[in-house]
Amino acid sequence: MSTRAALRTFFGTGHPGLAVRDVGMRLSVDSAPAALPDIAAALMHEHGCGFATLVVEEDATGFVARYFFYARDDATLIEMVTHAPPGTELPAISDRVHAADWHEREVEDLFGIRFSGHPFLGDFVLHDQVWPEGITPMRREFDASVRVAQPGLGEDWRPRRLLEEEGSIAFPVGPIWADYNEAGLWLLETPGEQIYASQTRLFYKYRGVEKIAEGRSPAGGLLLAERFSGCAAFAHAWAYCEALERIAGCKLPPRARALRTVFAELERIRYHAATIAELAGATSLAVGKSMSQEIEERMLCLSAQVCGHRFLFGLCVPGGLAWDPATATLATLRAGVTDAAKEFAKLERLFVHTSSYLDRIEEMGTLKPDVATLYGVVGPVARASGRSVDLRRSLPYGAYADHPPEVPCEIEGDAYARLRVYFAEIRASTSLIQALLGELPDGPVAAECAAAPGTALAWVEAPAGGTFHWLRIDDDGLIRRWRIAPPGFRNWHAFHRALEGAAFQDFHIIMASFGLSVAESDR
Amino acid sequence: MANWTLASLVRGIRTARWPRRDDLPPGAIPARWHGLVATPAEGERSIRDAVWFAATPTSRGPLPRRFRHSVHVRFVDAGASGALISEVRLLDAPPYNMHRFGIFVTATPRDADVLLVGGPVTEAMREPLRKAYEAMPGPKRVVAIGDDAIDGGVFGKSFASAGGVAEVIPVDFVVPGCPPPPAAIIQGLLAAAGRITPQAFKERV
Repeated sequence: MSTRAALRTFFGTGHPGLAVRDVGMRLSVDSAPAALPDIAAALMHEHGCGFATLVVEEDATGFVARYFFYARDDATLIEMVTHAPPGTELPAISDRVHAADWHEREVEDLFGIRFSGHPFLGDFVLHDQVWPEGITPMRREFDASVRVAQPGLGEDWRPRRLLEEEGSIAFPVGPIWADYNEAGLWLLETPGEQIYASQTRLFYKYRGVEKIAEGRSPAGGLLLAERFSGCAAFAHAWAYCEALERIAGCKLPPRARALRTVFAELERIRYHAATIAELAGATSLAVGKSMSQEIEERMLCLSAQVCGHRFLFGLCVPGGLAWDPATATLATLRAGVTDAAKEFAKLERLFVHTSSYLDRIEEMGTLKPDVATLYGVVGPVARASGRSVDLRRSLPYGAYADHPPEVPCEIEGDAYARLRVYFAEIRASTSLIQALLGELPDGPVAAECAAAPGTALAWVEAPAGGTFHWLRIDDDGLIRRWRIAPPGFRNWHAFHRALEGAAFQDFHIIMASFGLSVAESDR
Repeated sequence: MANWTLASLVRGIRTARWPRRDDLPPGAIPARWHGLVATPAEGERSIRDAVWFAATPTSRGPLPRRFRHSVHVRFVDAGASGALISEVRLLDAPPYNMHRFGIFVTATPRDADVLLVGGPVTEAMREPLRKAYEAMPGPKRVVAIGDDAIDGGVFGKSFASAGGVAEVIPVDFVVPGCPPPPAAIIQGLLAAAGRITPQAFKERV
C-alpha cells in the first residue's frame, strides 16, 4: 500500500471526525487543536513523513495554523488546518515532533500565540535586549513602518546557562566576528577546553521580510525573495515564482522548466564551492582555500557572463525566465561547467590525500543519524548523516520529474562526510546540467502569469536544503501573507548537537562544514 | 639582524597598478549591477568608464596621508544578504587579493581604521555596530557597501531595519550594487585610504 493510501486510511478510519480533502498532490485535513499532537506524531513516526513547515495566518475570526508534512517517497503533501480564536492556546507538537520546535517559538514571538507544553518560549526572534515585551509584529494591526524597538531596554538580559559547574564559562562568539562571518551569537559553555553545551542565538539579522512584504506587489516580493538570502537567490526566487504560478494556474513551457533546473544546479555548484572554501579556510589550509575560492570566483563570473549578474538575480520571473539565453551563451555555460568539474575533481583528490586536513575534519562535528532525524535536518547536512531527504525526489518539480538527480548519502555525519557530500552533489549537478543542456527543448521561456487571488505552497531544494514558500495573494493582487521556511532555520536548530564534546578551536570548522547562511535563516 | 621593515620602507616598492585589463576577467564586473530584470544586452561594463564608489555629502574625505599604504579594516555584518557576505569573503581570495594594496583585516575594531559595513542595519545590530564604531581609534572612516547599506534597499526603513548605515553612524564612502562585486568594494576601500579619487581613477585605467 502506498503512503498516500495508508494516509487516507489513517485519516478515514483512525480519526472519523476529520474532514479530508484530496486536492491534487495535497491531502488537506481540518483538525481540532487537541488532536494535533497525536496526528503529527503518527505522521512522523508511523508513516515516515517529514515536517515541512508551520504557516500561521490571521483572519477575521482569529488565527489559522497550517501544519505541512510531506510523504518522502510518494509526492504527497499533508496539510493540517486548525483554527485558533484570539487568546486561545494551541497544543505544542514539538515535544513529539522536535523539528517543529523553532517554528512554534517563532510563531509565539511574532503572533503572540502561546503553545501549551512548550518549555522555551519568548526571546527568540525578538531579542529581549531591544524589543519591548508583548509586541507581535506579524499581527495585521502592527504597523511595519513604525519603530518600536528600544536599544538598551534589556541591559540586564543574561543568556540562559545550561552548564552549572563551578568555574565553567559561557564563551560568546559573535555577533561581530574576528573575520567575515555573519552576525549571530553562539554561546559556548565550557569548563575549560571542551564545549559541553552551546546555544545558537540567531535573528540578529531579522529584517522582517515576511512582514514588510505584506501589501507589496508580487514583483516587489520577488525582489525580496532574491535579496533576503542572496547566496541562494535563484532557489528562493524559483520557490516564490512557483507559488505565484500555482495560484494563477500558469503552466510553464518545457524550455523554462529545463533552464530553471539548469540555473538552480549552477547555483548549487557555486554554493558548495564557497562552503568547501570556508571549510578549508577554517582548518587553516590556505592553499586549499585559495584554490576553492578561485573555482568559486569562476562560477560567479560564469553566472555573470550568462545572465549579467553574479548571483543570478533578476533571471527567474513568474511564468518562466526573464529572457532566453542565446545559444552561444549556453555553450559558454556548458564549457564553463565542464572545465570547473575537472578543477573540482583535482581539488577533491588533493583534499582527500591531505592527512593533516583529514585529521581536522574526520570525526569532527558529528551529527548522528538519530539526532539528524530527531531535528528533521535537511539538505547536505542531512544527507551526510544518513538521512536521504531531497525535495527534488520526494516532491518532484521543474525538470526533476524526468531527470531525477543522484542523491549522495553518507552515514558518518562528521565534517568529512559533509565534505564528501558537497563534492558528490557538485558531480551530480554537473552531469544534470550537461544532460539538460544536451536536450534542451525549443520554444518560449515564459508563459503569461497574471496575478490572481489565492493561496499556494511551493518548494525548492535550495543548495542548503529544502525550502518552502507559502503565499496568499489578496483580491487586489497584492501579497497578504508570505511564509518562507528556509533550510537554515531547520539546520541551525540541530547545529548545537554537532558541537557537543568538540574542542574550542574546532568550532569554526564545524560551523563551516554546515555550510549555512544566517541571512537566509533570519529573513 | 636585518631590519626588514626599514629596508622595505626605504626601497619603497609599491604594488602594481590596478586594475589592469587581465585583473578583471569577463563576469568580474556584472552587467546588471543592481540585479534587476533587464536583458544583459549592453554586455560587460568597461572598466574604463567605471567608478564604483561615491563620497557621501557629509564625508570626512579619505584618511590622512600616512595611512595610504597600510589600512586596517573591520567588516561588520548589519543584516547583509548572503551574496554580499560571499563577495566580502572573496576580497582576500587570489583573484582580488586586497592585501597587495596594504589593506588588512583586523580581528577587532580597536585596531581598525576603516569600518566596512553591509546591510540595512537591523534592530539587533544597531548597538553592536555603534559600539564597534566607537571602539575604533581616530582618525576613522566608514565605507557602506551594497544598496541596502546606503538607503535600506528593498528592505527600506521599517520596524526591523534602520534603513541604511548612515542612520546609525557617520558614513564617508558608499559602494552601490546589489551586491557590489569584490573589485568595487576594493575601490571603496582604496578611496577611504586616499589612494584613489573618482577623477584619478578615470585617468589611470
